[in-house]
Amino acid sequence: MSNFEYAPAPESRAIAKIEKDYGLFINGKFQAPHSKKRFETINPATEEVLSKVSFADEADVDKAVKAARAAYTKVWSKLSGKERAKYLFRIARLLQERAREFAVVESLDNGKPIRETRDVDVPLAAAHFFYHAGWADKLEHAGYGSQPKPHGVVGQVIPWNFPLLMLAWKVAPALATGNTVVLKPAETTPLTALLFAEICQQAELPAGVVNIITGDGRTGSALIKHPGIDKIAFTGSTEVGKLIAQSVATTGKSVTLELGGKGANIVFEDSPIDQAVEGIVNGIFFNQGHVCCAGSRLLLQENIHDEFLHKLQVRMSKIRVGDPLDKNTDLGAINSAAQLAKIRELSQSGESEGAQIWSAPCELPSKGFWFAPTVFTGVTQAHRIAREEIFGPVLSVLTFRTPQEAMEKANNTPFGLSAGVWTDKGSRILWASNQLKAGVIWANTFNKFDPASPFGGYKESGWGREGGRHGLAAYIKGAH
Amino acid sequence: MRLDVKKTYKLFIGGAFPRSESGRSYVVNDSKGNFVANPSQASRKDLRDAVVAAKNAHPQWSSATAYNRGQILYRIAEIMEGRTEQFVAEIVALEGVTPKAALSQVQEAIDTWVWYAGWTDKISSTAGSTNPIAGPYYNFTIPESLGVVGIVADQKSSLLGVVRGLAPVLAGGNTALLITSEKRPLPGITLAECFATSDVPAGVVNILTGLTSELTPWLASHMEVDGLDLSGVDTKSESDLRIAGTENLKRIHRFGAEKSPSRILSFMEYKTVWHPIGI
Repeated sequence: MSNFEYAPAPESRAIAKIEKDYGLFINGKFQAPHSKKRFETINPATEEVLSKVSFADEADVDKAVKAARAAYTKVWSKLSGKERAKYLFRIARLLQERAREFAVVESLDNGKPIRETRDVDVPLAAAHFFYHAGWADKLEHAGYGSQPKPHGVVGQVIPWNFPLLMLAWKVAPALATGNTVVLKPAETTPLTALLFAEICQQAELPAGVVNIITGDGRTGSALIKHPGIDKIAFTGSTEVGKLIAQSVATTGKSVTLELGGKGANIVFEDSPIDQAVEGIVNGIFFNQGHVCCAGSRLLLQENIHDEFLHKLQVRMSKIRVGDPLDKNTDLGAINSAAQLAKIRELSQSGESEGAQIWSAPCELPSKGFWFAPTVFTGVTQAHRIAREEIFGPVLSVLTFRTPQEAMEKANNTPFGLSAGVWTDKGSRILWASNQLKAGVIWANTFNKFDPASPFGGYKESGWGREGGRHGLAAYIKGAH
Repeated sequence: MRLDVKKTYKLFIGGAFPRSESGRSYVVNDSKGNFVANPSQASRKDLRDAVVAAKNAHPQWSSATAYNRGQILYRIAEIMEGRTEQFVAEIVALEGVTPKAALSQVQEAIDTWVWYAGWTDKISSTAGSTNPIAGPYYNFTIPESLGVVGIVADQKSSLLGVVRGLAPVLAGGNTALLITSEKRPLPGITLAECFATSDVPAGVVNILTGLTSELTPWLASHMEVDGLDLSGVDTKSESDLRIAGTENLKRIHRFGAEKSPSRILSFMEYKTVWHPIGI
């Protein structure tokens, strides 16, 4: 029987109304930047320019912080939790109403498949606002004292891997607890944050409660160092997270950090193999592997190594790489040329350090930034690809003989964000969950997220949690 | 006439009472300036030994049942009660307070152990949760111990400051190394004698005496230390120590006098576990 080829099933991009250029969203209005500078944001799948966005310099940052302060003092801090809640509910509903538009724009600007933006990023972002809306008038029951107080003005810097979802993780709890916000989206993925600014307008959110300033690392740095910021929330690399922690160590600003990971996905011999293969594939190839909690180290029990690897490679060969707007696409474009270079460099280090590389046979588009699903075998704990975060579709396979050895290898990293356990034995799941030094343990599943579920890392993967009752602490003064 | 038998005040590392490997000691005077003792002046090497002892003790202490840990913390209170007189005498000498004030400090220290002893098997219930996620998964969050916590004890309160630092850290399942008040170190060492005789496993608590400014930079930059309580550090050096502590993203805090479950949770990490629900 011959192969059945998938016909293209492109999502229409007509729904995406992207402006030719955007100002900074300060005090409820889009404003031309003081810097007078703009920069392009491109579609990483085609390198086509999507729009030009403003570069916020120090004066722009100052203006945004002052707008957030004024909104905090004059409006937001005087509003009851009940009314704050209703603004958040409005935002959640508006996001749901415009969900498809957000999904398409996110896919265009980020390079991730429409299937993921449509089914994961956007619905989860709306769910985050809906969830936190309910907290806004119930904070005295959250376990942080009878009169929990916000910090005031919060500076938030978010990454490019889940642009809208990370915005929701940051903005929703900050507003619910009564803070006002200055948010800087990532340099390469500013568009859904700017669309979100329109949502704030449509929700009639008081001017200055949410300010969105676009720019690069210099903008983020100016925001973090601004003396008018009471609290900083950052998601990004451990390297930058440490610099932020250092730069504000003497200021008394409260800081929460969601940083890198090198998650171990551990497969025991008694696991349901086919289900585990699916889970491993989801763990590392979801979102092109641009996931801080990705299961980037596969720890296989030695006696199932060959069988498992064979099934994994067969499955990897079925991954559909290509047009992010095609509804059949599993793996989209790498977000930027810089990230692609980093993935290539680490992948080459894997080869030169002696691991064996295998990439799924797939045709990569000629334009844009692409990397085929790749697995390394024969990886040792000393290899860079077993220690450093690749942040791409590259899986490193290590083996173990005993459960104890699996735990030692899994924990042998300065990171501690996530881990996966695959086994049929209930007591072993609970034992392993106990042993693993990570903030999120997925047992017989992976890469699941929910607003009610706290997320965050042990060790050098960060400070604090996001989501759930525990995530509220990040935005309440003095709470742990 | 009978001559007093005086105590040699030494360090407490891994359940033993060694002198400083450096051979150094320093003079501690009473509040009137009279000589009291030559406690050890701990070195960087002593501090590193203490970290190793604390790290090695962590798996056993953190995996002991909460009930067991609670009983051991309560046992510390029992043993301290029997040593009340000795603590009072040391506090009166070093702090220059009245015996009545010293007694009240000792009693508050003992009661602090009792209070935190009762928290060991409750903190997970009050701080943990099951989370109603939108899907067929069972999902729960529990607080777990952080690991090794370095404590710089309050400089003024010679005994209570030590207990306020240690009790919440131990209640949360962490192991600790504590640097005592520089000028008032003796009750901390006497307290170590209580640990040595109250079923606290060796290495769970390690106590160093010496110069705060010499020891704290090594403590703050040590990559195997997971948390820092800087309550006994002046605000000027606190900045430098906080910067040094960011190298491995230590959890760094400074506390007042209050007892609270939040103080226990400051040195705990939340872990969330997911599992599918199905037939």
